[in-house]
Amino acid sequence: MSKQINVALIGNPNTGKTSVFNALTGLNQKVGNYPGITVEKKEGVCKLTRNLKAHIIDLPGTYSLNASSLDENVVIELLLNKNDKDFPDVAVVVSEVENLKRNLLLFTQIKDLEIPAILVINMSDRMAYKGISLDIDYLEEQLQTKIALLSTRKNKGIDNLKQIITNYKALNTTPCLDASVIDKDYFNSLKKTFPNQLLYKLWLVITQDVNFGKVSKNDYDAIADFKTKSATELKRLQQKETIKRYQFINDTLKKGQSIDTKNAKDIRIKLDRILTHKVWGYLIFGVILLTIFQAIYDWSSVPMDFIDSTFASLSEWTKTVLPEGLFTSLLAEGIIPGLGGIVIFIPQIAFLFLFISVLEESGYMSRVVFLMDRIMRRFGLSGKSVVPLISGTACAIPAIMATRNIESWKERLITILVTPFTTCSARLPVYLIIIALVIPEGRFLGLSYQALTLMLLYLLGFATAVGSAYLLNKVLKIKSKSFFVIEMPNYKVPLLKNVALTVVEKTKAFVFGAGKIILAISIVLWFLASFGPGDNFNNAEAIVSEAWSNEQITEEELEQKIASHKLEHSFIGLTGRAIEPAIRPLGYDWKIGIAIVSSFAAREVFVGTLATIYSVGSDEEETIKNRMAGEVNPILGGPLFNLASGISLLLFYAFAMQCMSTLAIVKRETNSWKWPILQLVIMSAFAYLVALAAYQILK
Amino acid sequence: MTVAELKRGQKAIIKDVSSIHIPLKLLEMGCLPGNAVELLQVAPFADPMYLNVNGSHLAIRRETANYIIIESTNE
Repeated sequence: MSKQINVALIGNPNTGKTSVFNALTGLNQKVGNYPGITVEKKEGVCKLTRNLKAHIIDLPGTYSLNASSLDENVVIELLLNKNDKDFPDVAVVVSEVENLKRNLLLFTQIKDLEIPAILVINMSDRMAYKGISLDIDYLEEQLQTKIALLSTRKNKGIDNLKQIITNYKALNTTPCLDASVIDKDYFNSLKKTFPNQLLYKLWLVITQDVNFGKVSKNDYDAIADFKTKSATELKRLQQKETIKRYQFINDTLKKGQSIDTKNAKDIRIKLDRILTHKVWGYLIFGVILLTIFQAIYDWSSVPMDFIDSTFASLSEWTKTVLPEGLFTSLLAEGIIPGLGGIVIFIPQIAFLFLFISVLEESGYMSRVVFLMDRIMRRFGLSGKSVVPLISGTACAIPAIMATRNIESWKERLITILVTPFTTCSARLPVYLIIIALVIPEGRFLGLSYQALTLMLLYLLGFATAVGSAYLLNKVLKIKSKSFFVIEMPNYKVPLLKNVALTVVEKTKAFVFGAGKIILAISIVLWFLASFGPGDNFNNAEAIVSEAWSNEQITEEELEQKIASHKLEHSFIGLTGRAIEPAIRPLGYDWKIGIAIVSSFAAREVFVGTLATIYSVGSDEEETIKNRMAGEVNPILGGPLFNLASGISLLLFYAFAMQCMSTLAIVKRETNSWKWPILQLVIMSAFAYLVALAAYQILK
Repeated sequence: MTVAELKRGQKAIIKDVSSIHIPLKLLEMGCLPGNAVELLQVAPFADPMYLNVNGSHLAIRRETANYIIIESTNE
């Protein structure tokens, strides 16, 4: 029987903790959520010896054990709850050689909890470059631990770390300093009241609100109620504690670390002079954004065309190979086109996540936050809102979760409320197909008109987000302190492995998450389109044949007339007809109406829905785009998708709140139904009015 | 004198921080009495301020910088 131990990876943000996690687990990892909250939980397995496996958890990055966000709270909850199934047998504290001083603060806190702890000093390959040398023996002695020098970039030291983890039982659990000296009387009375508890644990429970598991809840309630000091006094004590810890760390590093500043090189200062420059900084940021959009549009068109035609052929092939019948029809007209509608966007979504993860990994994103803070504050946002607004171009869900590090509640709430205006990847399918249909080809200054339109839509999304933030800032009466602290990490060349894993992970999550909904909806739609009530549907052949009996039409044309008659009188056709009056002024027909209604589950359903509706009753092998281009406006004649209706649709999708998952996340993050409902109503009404105006003006 | 009055490239030693107005996170990043602080860069409109505090590179808003009392070192 092989044994398994729990290993928790803990560390400050930007220490390369995730690289250590990737190095230990390889591809043996999965990403989920902590139960009940939306904090990402990354875990994996690492084989240490023949009989020993490590279950490794990559905990959210934190600067200390005093939580200031939901993510950080996860760390404290786990470390304080011995009954948690993930409670670590050993904690691996990841630090980074350039910021050792600050990283050690967290380490000394974890030592105080008497959990066996290993200190990893990552990025050790930069020591010579930075003129840093370390006396490892001395540091191990002072910090009462084992130190593993590591370089995930150069792939060095991993085996040594595994070795130390394997021998975790030999680790010393003595704290490296006595924090209780900051107020001896207070800590003594605390010890008397709860003689069986670890003193530092008591202190942590008192200084923050931690939700505990069922088992220990009663014990901790009593502790949390031990309020013999006011909040201000406690905060002063926390400050004293921090000073105390830094004194110890400074003393330790004075002997254990020497930095030869003459030999130190710092590319950060030179790069920052340019990248955070008043003029160049913004210019570079603009160029980066422009490159991203051009890439999404131009580079991904090749694989997308390939996927589009592949699915069209696949659908056709299914029809020829399988015997005719209900199942074949469901497969060829429902499931395959539905799936094609989602697979086709993999190239673009992958590109988007690629860029976002490179910007994050390289450290550039913090500079953008710095540059944008003052500007964003005018609109009631924070510089940190830039990250959600940019990641919102991938998906609003992780973007809304990324607002958690915004310190001010008002700024955070406004960011959450306006983020869904940014052009998420689910809008992309809709935009792309409509742009391809209604915007002419041709180039302007080397950029294609179609790419420019897409870029305008992205800008429109940002502008609406920022504009509505401005209004919300005036309307919302919330008082909250506006703190703002952001680390400016050193620049790094992103690790290929980390970037690749992020791209694969996020794309997979999108495809499977959205894929499930789309598959389900396309099956329902196929059903609704293939069946109908009453005579009009069931006797379609007779009715149509009779109506056209005096005209000269070919067999093929007749079949098409029958098919479209059937579709019109199917369940879906009747539903579409019912809502048609409401959307006719916007330039849409009932088929688009159906697509819009089903889009309220998720926007990307739009294309799949149209693909399903149009492929029901069509025999030919055709791409979705060609089918849509062939649609005729039933009243005015001419193509259904023209400039007016196309722009109207683009604007509708730009503004409408059509994503149930986002609404659910907003509810969770704001802890109230009020905000998601307001979002749904206001955004959708606004979308309708703008689309209406656009069509009426342009038609 | 406070951090808000620093000029670009100027260094100082932190004398006192007002713990009511300063988030704990900033203290934990090394913004504590006795530590060195240097103003590296300011964003347009002189806000936020990009500092090197005790070896940590970080940015804070001017309003927070007002609550960090410093003693200028003549460098």
